[in-house]
Amino acid sequence: MNSAVFFGLSTMAYIFAMILYITYLAFRKQEVGILATTITIAGFISQTSAIFLRWGEFADLSGMGILKSAPLTNLYESLVFFVWCLILGYLIIEFKFKNRSFGAFVTPIASLMLAFIDLTGVSKEIQPLVPALKSNWLLAHVTMSFFAYATFALSCSTGLMYLILTSKKRNEGSYFFWTITFGISFVVLVAMGIDLLAFKVAVKPDVFIQSYLFKASFLNPSTTIKIISWVMAFTTGILIWRYGLLLNSIVRKFNVTVEMLDEITYKSIAIGFPVFTLGGLIFGAIWADQAWGVYWSWDPKETWSLITWFIYAFYLHGRLLKGWRGKKIAIVAVVGFVAVMFTYLGVNLLLSGLHAYGSG
Amino acid sequence: MEHEKKTIVDKIWDLCVSIKFAIVLFVLISVTSIVGTVLEQKGEPSDNIQILSKLFGESLAPHLYAVSEKLGFTDMYHSWWFTAFLMLFSLNLVLCSLDRLPKIWRLIKEPMKPMNVEQLRKLSIQREITIKGKPDTLKNEIKGFLKLMHLNCAETVGDNGYQFYSQKGRYSRLGVYITHLSILIILVGAIIGVRFGFKGYLNLPEGETSSMVFKSEEQEFPLGFDIRCETFQVDFYGNSDMPQEYRSWLTILKDGKEVLKKSITVNDPLTFNGITFYQSSYGMIPNGLERGVFLFNVASAQSEKTVLNLRYGDTFQIPNTSITGKIINFSPAFKMDEHGHTSTYANQMNNPAVLIDFSEDGKYKFSGWILKRYPGTWILPEGQRVEFNDYWGVEFTGLQVRKDPGRWVVYIGFFLIAIGLFIAFFTSHRKIWVTLVEEKNNTRVIVGATANKNKSVFERKIDKMISFLSKKQEGGK
Repeated sequence: MNSAVFFGLSTMAYIFAMILYITYLAFRKQEVGILATTITIAGFISQTSAIFLRWGEFADLSGMGILKSAPLTNLYESLVFFVWCLILGYLIIEFKFKNRSFGAFVTPIASLMLAFIDLTGVSKEIQPLVPALKSNWLLAHVTMSFFAYATFALSCSTGLMYLILTSKKRNEGSYFFWTITFGISFVVLVAMGIDLLAFKVAVKPDVFIQSYLFKASFLNPSTTIKIISWVMAFTTGILIWRYGLLLNSIVRKFNVTVEMLDEITYKSIAIGFPVFTLGGLIFGAIWADQAWGVYWSWDPKETWSLITWFIYAFYLHGRLLKGWRGKKIAIVAVVGFVAVMFTYLGVNLLLSGLHAYGSG
Repeated sequence: MEHEKKTIVDKIWDLCVSIKFAIVLFVLISVTSIVGTVLEQKGEPSDNIQILSKLFGESLAPHLYAVSEKLGFTDMYHSWWFTAFLMLFSLNLVLCSLDRLPKIWRLIKEPMKPMNVEQLRKLSIQREITIKGKPDTLKNEIKGFLKLMHLNCAETVGDNGYQFYSQKGRYSRLGVYITHLSILIILVGAIIGVRFGFKGYLNLPEGETSSMVFKSEEQEFPLGFDIRCETFQVDFYGNSDMPQEYRSWLTILKDGKEVLKKSITVNDPLTFNGITFYQSSYGMIPNGLERGVFLFNVASAQSEKTVLNLRYGDTFQIPNTSITGKIINFSPAFKMDEHGHTSTYANQMNNPAVLIDFSEDGKYKFSGWILKRYPGTWILPEGQRVEFNDYWGVEFTGLQVRKDPGRWVVYIGFFLIAIGLFIAFFTSHRKIWVTLVEEKNNTRVIVGATANKNKSVFERKIDKMISFLSKKQEGGK
């Protein structure tokens, strides 16, 4: 058995679990919930074995020893590890808070990411390492960064749920914030989906972004299609704004209290922040110091991690020092994760720099 | 007059320690940094104009570029205003910490005092339960529980019962100060590095020695010792052009004597006298063909290998035969297409190949390309071998050179920030008071407690104690 089989199994398990979690949310049948959890755990075990198998395959292929062969060296492997961390974090929360409702939020993210890998041309091959990546710091730096990214993803989803639950009027600032965030992500995802369908291309993500992104919609040579795209985007935004309160009544069914959401948001960040500082920034600096002779060179990846770090530092100081609670701080948590996404994907795909190897 | 002056100082102080000031700085640093990640730093003007015209259209781009260059955005991380932002941020960090420190210090040093029941009921964690039996019988049990939570308690005797109180982790309140302090230490270390250290580079050809490095194109910096590159080598993955490893064999010489020999790779630099050499690039020396030496092992089908060092154009003989070879061409990156056309596809030693004319008894026989990376090309039709080991002396190794006396200060900062973050996020200051009041042969247990962080963990521990006490009571019935 090779790792690919187990990766496939885990993707299928997460998709199946997603359907079950949503069914559970709609009908509240205990058996469905238990089945959903069981399948998620099975998917998680399968994914764990896959990661370890790939680790072994990598070590055999490169002959560099176990420590330097962690399968965390390209976009595909990092996305898989991110999903793994996310599911782990979710399972911990499910057991700790005895609440399955988040499953309907988290498993779609996991499935979407794994589906994204399959649809786009992200290379799944085990690729040999460029000399700069051959270091014992790789394992600590990358695992800790992605662990932190996953905690930030959790805090973002609970933060968004908090905003959905507490914003009851359509003219509130927080209501505008979450509907616009939601609307933009939705429109971007749909536009990317249309690009994929229209051009049927499977190319590297950076090539995709440079040559195909939004070419079927906003950047289409035809002015008519351009106008239609913008009109559609605005209509979607307005529809989400108009009917956003429906989502409020759905989230209400989750049986979660706003206090609990606020607490999970804070706890995730309180765990993620020190791990990110140490593993992402400090270990990254030590590694750069050894490899290039500079611990900080203001390249885009470093700069964006610093911006992310500032935002979460701001969250923590606002909460612990000023005692901020509620919507204000939930918005900061969501904004923080937007910065995380840009640090992780945007920098590799849109900006260039020393970290350009991450785009394979 | 005196009074007015003081209020201005106060106002400035208040501004500097305000969270608004911190937010403004956060936003300024972040927004300007984002501009810096979009524009290429120290890049070619044409590249940046191209980026700007993609974003804002071609007509605006040159003007925008002129403005951003004036403002220093093309090398913004070294501009005076960005440095000023970072300095103000440090100032804010220091002042905010100093502003709060006395209050926190009081909280740490404040001795715990017994509290009455009304005060206990105002605390953030509180539990109450009535248990059979006199307070005296419960006394040791409670003490034992507190000990289990690693709390050593003091005890007072009240009018009709006891009170135990205890605290733990007082100094966890300092974690955030250790973290702030270590950020400053890191910045100080970085400043020491910039002020007293230097960054430079050196492109050192194979076989050559240098006593200085370049800080910039015109500025040289004497090392105080000599460094020689013995040889440089790139290994590739299989037959691909993907480099597996770059390695330079370096020797340090002091007064003509060898003092240190080390081979360096990308993640493994060499340090001597506080100056560190990092493997950073490599390349071919322009017009280096004449100075290069071909390293061959040649042998006839029967004989032992003979080592040959040859130059471009040299002729050699294969031992025990009358076959001679003449080096007539060289390609650093040899390629042959399906029609047999040969070409050079890169100006680097990706696939070094040498073309040799072979003659027997002075009569031309055949010519052949011999490739360093393909041992199959080393064997001649009649079984003689010409092993192509290296073409030495035509490459240079690109070294990044650095002296950074602030490095250890930065590393101490790194170490401290790890400790500070651990204390700040994973430990907490916990206080607990347990009062036992006698109520007609029963005991009312009143617990009040506080924790500055991770309150729910502490609450759970207290709940465990309470549920154990209540179970014990049921068992005693």
